[in-house]
Amino acid sequence: MKRQVPLVLCFLFGVATILTRFSPHPYSQFFYEEVNSWVLIITPFALVLATVTLIRAHVTRIRRRTEYWQYSFIVFAGLITMVAIGVPFGPQYPAFEWLFNNIQVPMDATMFSLLAFFIASAAYRAFRARSFEATLLLVTAIIVMLGNVPVGDLIWSETSSMKQWILNNPNLSARRGIILGVSLGVISQSIRIILGIERSYLGGGD
Amino acid sequence: MEIFGIWLAAFLTLCIYSFLYRDNPFYRFAEYLFIGISVGYYIVIYIHQGFIPFAWEPFWAAVKPFWPGIPREAGWIGLIKLIPIALGLLFFGGLSPRHTWLIRYPSAVLVGFGSGISIPLMLRTFIFEQTRGTVEPFAAINAGTLSPWGILEAILMLIGVACTLTYFFFSVEHRGPVKWLSKVGIAFLMIGFGAAFGNTVMGRVALLIQRIDFLLNDWIGMIMDWLGSIF
Repeated sequence: MKRQVPLVLCFLFGVATILTRFSPHPYSQFFYEEVNSWVLIITPFALVLATVTLIRAHVTRIRRRTEYWQYSFIVFAGLITMVAIGVPFGPQYPAFEWLFNNIQVPMDATMFSLLAFFIASAAYRAFRARSFEATLLLVTAIIVMLGNVPVGDLIWSETSSMKQWILNNPNLSARRGIILGVSLGVISQSIRIILGIERSYLGGGD
Repeated sequence: MEIFGIWLAAFLTLCIYSFLYRDNPFYRFAEYLFIGISVGYYIVIYIHQGFIPFAWEPFWAAVKPFWPGIPREAGWIGLIKLIPIALGLLFFGGLSPRHTWLIRYPSAVLVGFGSGISIPLMLRTFIFEQTRGTVEPFAAINAGTLSPWGILEAILMLIGVACTLTYFFFSVEHRGPVKWLSKVGIAFLMIGFGAAFGNTVMGRVALLIQRIDFLLNDWIGMIMDWLGSIF
């Protein structure tokens, strides 16, 4: 009951979904679209569970007065504000959009832009042309960076076309090799999951 | 309200950039607020774009006939939505250590569906299409429509793909010719990683420029306009 039924469910849904992709019959398509919508229904419950877990973790932090416990109230303030406005009135409600545009978007962009500084410092330490492979990586990165900005073409007029050639040829062939390898890995892993050989998603316990 | 929004966004932007000096209360404030706002945002999006249109509305249309005076709009098929709702509710078993195993049911459905969909998807989108893209230029070579430079590019592409795959092929020991093929594969991989690194850096720098542009033009520009109107 605790392990066998989920394995059977996984097998049935996996095999049925594969079959729907090879059958244009209306029943097959109905099944596919229905189960696809089930995924969209089940996912919010997982998100609610994740949110409950987050709230519990922060309540514990506040109760135990761990380091920086005061900031947990800020998490609650942000969460409650968004949910209190967004759930009853919808994401198109002006107040929700205002919060999204003036808090979430700027912070999201700033957090990611912060990485520019850390990438620069990491590159300074890591980018040393100590071997042929490291030199290739360094030279390619420099050409691609220069090819993305107007100053690259000012230094040498062919920089951007060289960047494009690198992206379209040696870069694409390496990416294709990686994509083919990853795809074969995903297929073999999916077959293992459907057949019940790979069971890590069931977690521990009996 | 627009002015307050610009001030708020500028304050939060500066709070996050203050981390470049060192960890401080302003950064922590912005960090924790970001977590709360993001989680709240995704809850709202999932509820309004997932749960309500795909679960609640069909389910409500199916159970409406139970309420007297309400005309029947949809068939009983809508009741099928009870299954994913019930499966979703099983996630709450995770809140009790004794009932954590209940999570396995919805997880099995999600994992089974995901695995089932990924096999034909990976075959069609990646394996067949990428292989076709690699060997297709050779049809043009055969037809005599490809330039000598195009022929060179097509051969280079095939060598790159084959050597990169050889590098990831661990079923044979990398000795002799396999070792050399794998070395060529590493060279192609390094070019790929270099290009990816270059693009990532430029993407992050573009974001940095956009934030500095916001601070200089939108925020400080607004302050300057305000000061100009006073003096």
